[in-house]
Amino acid sequence: MTFRENATIAKASKLANGVFEIWFETKDIAKNAIPGQFISVYSNHGERLLPRPISICRIDGDLLRIVYRVVGAGTDEFSQMKAGEKLTIQGPLGNGYELDKIKAALESKGGNFKKALLFGGGIGVPPMLELAAKLDIQTDVVLGYRDQENFLKDEFENVSTVHIATDDGSVGFHGNVIDAAKAEELKADVIFACGPLPMLKGVKAYAKELGVPAYISLEEKMACGIGACLACVCKTHKKDEHSQVNNARVCKEGPVFDAAEVEI
Amino acid sequence: MSNVNLGVSLCGVDFKNPVTVASGTFGSGMEYSEFVDLNRLGAVTTKGVAITPWAGNPTPRIAETYGGMINAIGLQNPGLDTFLKRDIPFLKNYDTKIIVNVCGHSEEEYVEAVKRLADAPVDMLEINISCPNVKEGGIAFGTVPASAEKITKAVKAVAKQPIIMKLSPNVTSIADMARACEAGGADAVSLINTLTGMKIDINRRTFAVANKTGGMSGPAVKPVAVRMVYEVANAVNLPIIGMGGIRNAEDALEFIMAGATMVSVGTANFNDPLTTIKVVEGLEEFCDKNGVKDIKELIGCVK
Repeated sequence: MTFRENATIAKASKLANGVFEIWFETKDIAKNAIPGQFISVYSNHGERLLPRPISICRIDGDLLRIVYRVVGAGTDEFSQMKAGEKLTIQGPLGNGYELDKIKAALESKGGNFKKALLFGGGIGVPPMLELAAKLDIQTDVVLGYRDQENFLKDEFENVSTVHIATDDGSVGFHGNVIDAAKAEELKADVIFACGPLPMLKGVKAYAKELGVPAYISLEEKMACGIGACLACVCKTHKKDEHSQVNNARVCKEGPVFDAAEVEI
Repeated sequence: MSNVNLGVSLCGVDFKNPVTVASGTFGSGMEYSEFVDLNRLGAVTTKGVAITPWAGNPTPRIAETYGGMINAIGLQNPGLDTFLKRDIPFLKNYDTKIIVNVCGHSEEEYVEAVKRLADAPVDMLEINISCPNVKEGGIAFGTVPASAEKITKAVKAVAKQPIIMKLSPNVTSIADMARACEAGGADAVSLINTLTGMKIDINRRTFAVANKTGGMSGPAVKPVAVRMVYEVANAVNLPIIGMGGIRNAEDALEFIMAGATMVSVGTANFNDPLTTIKVVEGLEEFCDKNGVKDIKELIGCVK
């Protein structure tokens, strides 16, 4: 079920340079959401018609938190909103990390579901927080940042074993998250990741090396956000049932895909 | 309950109200049915379908522009077989009319598609000769009057349903294009398709959509669309489905008063999936307030 709500902002704050959070009070969206799903956030200004798809960072009862980077006029507008103000949001959208299904798939192939490795890069960090909190197995999470502005790091430390990699070497491993995982010889039964495309390519290769599945969250420009307009497709190895071509909808069949099934 | 009659009739097909959706913005209604009671729409106009599945263009396929957007989806579609098996039976669960938008790379492909739809339980066919985002077919037929007339004749020769020709605004004279379709035997015309546009991503120093150009739509194009509907209404004796930037009943009324019998909501569906219903309710409210008993009184009332 998808819901459209004019939601009140419970809290809005800045987490790092250009990175902001909003907590929404929702009627149905939070209750129905799972980690890895996203919501469409609509501008209050008529000239910006398209919703901004933003991943869900935390689900707490009726509260739903997004953490996003300001990349244009729409996200800039959101960043200036204050508690008590309202935004129209729609969701939960997409498949999310369907943990029971993933566990069953793994175990049906004789694999374990006892240890997970999570990768979050840049603005791909936030959705991994709800996932890390929901996973009731042992988790390591490798977070990649540009510099010392390690937003959400403390919260990850409450729910997982945290490893940091930074582009400038100011905190943790100097380099990318994959090299950090290799340096620490991090292994797992399953990998989850969200981040920029080069990172996801690295995750896909690393998972192949370890011989474990990787579930990655993809991003693409969207218009409707609900699977109708076919703007946000990704290339799939197999013919997609809905499209009858090798295109899956990131907003509907995704945003979470088995890395082995998509061309990235 | 209001006493306003919103019903309209187009080429012998009766619609409960004049509101449908612009092809490509609504899929086959399946995804939107979670928000919209499809029974309340005059018709659902489906996304362009061809005789075989099409993969469409590379991504990014869309970009937002001021008061609108550009898209270059490239008519990705699952092909007629899947469409007839899956999408039409789905729509038949609802009390609404079905307008099927048809695309092709060549005259033969359009004709083949129309033939295969002849016995399908659909009410009208809309022939997309105006997609700016596919190189072959599409736009080539929609910008040269003689080609438009020829393809209209060809599809009319095999069609069992009334034929709507969808017109491109990317022409010198849309009235000439409408006349050509009329000469070819079209039963109706719909307009406007999108305006060819471009957006540059200045940070990446490249085109915002992978296709370089895309079709511009949304509220920003509305004045162009209303003007074109008015011109076509004065050029031909065909019913018109008007579209281009409709967000509310006031917008829809401009099209109706300019000469459109029906209107389509397109890009606004992305902003608010309930736009179509709001337009239907707004039309009723406007008629009530203004003592209009039958919406047909307003069609082309501005001369």
